[in-house]
Amino acid sequence: MDIKEIEKELKKYPFPESVRRDIREELAKLDLNKKSLKKIIDRCYEEYLSNLMEPGEAAGIIAAQSIGEPGTQMTMRTFHYAGVAEINVTLGLPRLIEIMDVRKTPSTPIMTIRLQDDYSNDRKLAREVANRIEATYITDLADISVDITGMKIILFLDEKVMERKQVDKDELVKKLSKSLKVDVEEKDGKLYLSPKEPSYRKLLQTVEKMKDIVIKGIKEIRRVIIRKEEGEYVLYTEGSNLKKVMRVKGVDYRRTTTNNILEIAEVLGIEAARNAIIKEALDTLEEQGLNVDVRHIMLVADMMTNDGEVKQVGRHGVAGEKVSVLSRAAFEVTVNHLLEAAIRGDTDNLSGVTENVIVGQAIKLGTGDVELISKLGGRSK
Amino acid sequence: MKIKLQEHILVPKHEILSKEEAEKVLTVLNIKKHQLPKIRKEDPIAKEIGAKVGDVIKITRNSLTAKEAVVYRVVVE
Repeated sequence: MDIKEIEKELKKYPFPESVRRDIREELAKLDLNKKSLKKIIDRCYEEYLSNLMEPGEAAGIIAAQSIGEPGTQMTMRTFHYAGVAEINVTLGLPRLIEIMDVRKTPSTPIMTIRLQDDYSNDRKLAREVANRIEATYITDLADISVDITGMKIILFLDEKVMERKQVDKDELVKKLSKSLKVDVEEKDGKLYLSPKEPSYRKLLQTVEKMKDIVIKGIKEIRRVIIRKEEGEYVLYTEGSNLKKVMRVKGVDYRRTTTNNILEIAEVLGIEAARNAIIKEALDTLEEQGLNVDVRHIMLVADMMTNDGEVKQVGRHGVAGEKVSVLSRAAFEVTVNHLLEAAIRGDTDNLSGVTENVIVGQAIKLGTGDVELISKLGGRSK
Repeated sequence: MKIKLQEHILVPKHEILSKEEAEKVLTVLNIKKHQLPKIRKEDPIAKEIGAKVGDVIKITRNSLTAKEAVVYRVVVE
């Protein structure tokens, strides 16, 4: 049967795109007349409706149970080595808790950086980009020694490392003299730094200060690893700074991500953060060999991002912002909530589940959710 | 190179609805504006598309289950 005909018929029903696609594919295989086509689609729609969530169903509790139970089977071990590259990644239960708690920085921030077309196939160019990102300190490039009698700091530059990290000597000199306010002199591969005022204390302070200067790269990125994946070079980093990395030359900012959800919310907005929560949580569960339906995770992510900013699931977020005093008191820090509510003279409308269980009423779920309103006095027009 | 955040793989499509469209959405859903999920005025994407407080933004997500899912957010302070 004609695809267009099928499509036309399908459009009359509010199917989600994925369901529509599946039906279309199946129908295209069959040779149908218009009448049976209509019948089949009608039947599909019936089936679709019967698979929808019932109004009043406790979606949140089902999601909580569905994520919680597999959670009991997760490893408690915090560290794990991901793949060949020796980057430490927090996985398993600690990572899942981290995602739900929305920590300011994850315990192992990691970025996945993809490169622009011309860079992604060339190892040398990929290395170049990596050098632009990885934070390089003076201790990586040179040995430091202090000449006390001459009031000088001597840097024995390692030419090989300098070349590999693509640090220009002139630039290094400039950077050092500018940020340390010292006179820099170069003599056969060594740099002599002399502070403007000759004091022993100043000299030692300068050395300490020098060690903290980021010569090249982005401060937060401690290490970069280049890996070949699906025919292109991908950079993995220890440490994360999405905003800066996205602006680095050679980086394809469209496909560059981090595992720091708050950072994504800040740089890419709330919807991106929602996607990141789903992806991170799902990856964590899948890595442990657990199959949790995405819908549960999507619900959690929706709740976490509903307000326009990412809030955690626990006491300082979703659970802590409930309207009901009794519900909050039943969760954590019971006394505080009750005390505060008593001081303020709060009322509890008993509209949720927990509070109704506490007072011993029928809960507002399923059939309990229905309220009847009847109009008195004749029929309305 | 100009960075367009909307092109990022994690960012779904955001569109500002006109007043009439927004009104229509609210009548179909049978809710008030403040009942919609929110998006901050300072949100990078809201800024990029130039949304103002009170605007309704239509977001077309790439859903893992429905392939395409349309949701709405209202811009707040």
